Amino acid sequence: MSIITNINKAFDHRIRLGIMSILMVNEFADFNMLKELLGATDGNIASHAKALEKVEYIKVEKQFIGRKPNTRYSTTDLGRAEFKKHINALEKLINKS
Amino acid sequence: MESKDYLKDISDIKDLMNKSSRFISLSGLSGILAGTYALIGAAAAYWLVNKYSYGTLILDGQIFRSVMLILALVALFSAVTGYILSAKKAKKTGAKMWDATSKRLVINFLIPLIAGGLYILIILSNGKYGQTGGLMLIFYGLALVNASKYSIGNIRYLGYTEIVLGLIATLLPGYGFWLWVLGFGVMHIIYGSIMHFKYDTK
Repeated sequence: MSIITNINKAFDHRIRLGIMSILMVNEFADFNMLKELLGATDGNIASHAKALEKVEYIKVEKQFIGRKPNTRYSTTDLGRAEFKKHINALEKLINKS
Repeated sequence: MESKDYLKDISDIKDLMNKSSRFISLSGLSGILAGTYALIGAAAAYWLVNKYSYGTLILDGQIFRSVMLILALVALFSAVTGYILSAKKAKKTGAKMWDATSKRLVINFLIPLIAGGLYILIILSNGKYGQTGGLMLIFYGLALVNASKYSIGNIRYLGYTEIVLGLIATLLPGYGFWLWVLGFGVMHIIYGSIMHFKYDTK
């Protein structure tokens, strides 16, 4: 039963898992990059990113490139640690079955 | 909850990590062609030097300029071929040619290459050209190792091979030309074929 406790509810969605996966291996990613890689709608990405921001797993920076607004996402230390725990738990579950 | 496919989650994660950080549309065929261009260029240079210059190269002669031109053409054709074939492969697999991953790949490839290229030009202008072949191999190898973090892992081993060949060439300047042929010609063809059969023909 103790394994299940490490499965993190915050990552229990394809888009949220995807956002974290991308940010784990990139220093940062902007909104369009996430959108292209995950093939989801603007609203979808925005709401899932917001959910991850709320639990402080990712950081959001809004800035302007020229006149265009640009939103950059990156992981926090907490987010990286939680994601690793989540992956370990997933792997254990797979090995058990 | 229990029926959720965790295995698929893991494979999705791996796939996204790769796709977002590595440019994997690099074409193996372009490696084979680059090797072929290098062999043709080397053959032309060899013929020129032996026919008109009695087997020796004088630094500011006409022949030397021709050899430099051949070298530049080989590099140009290789780069253009690499671009065209990789763009084609990217299109076929639905990936983008010019995105964050390919930009990062090109930048990290060019830094050691340009630094090395400038260094070679500087020592050439000082009249020291015995180690040019070896230095080209070493810096090209370093560029490949540096770039391999952002692309298919195999090019790291090509990089190691070029560095070793380059070091041997600087030890044995007399064989610089042949080691250059081995490194830029033969090795490109070998590694290009491995990449082609491992990744392209799927």
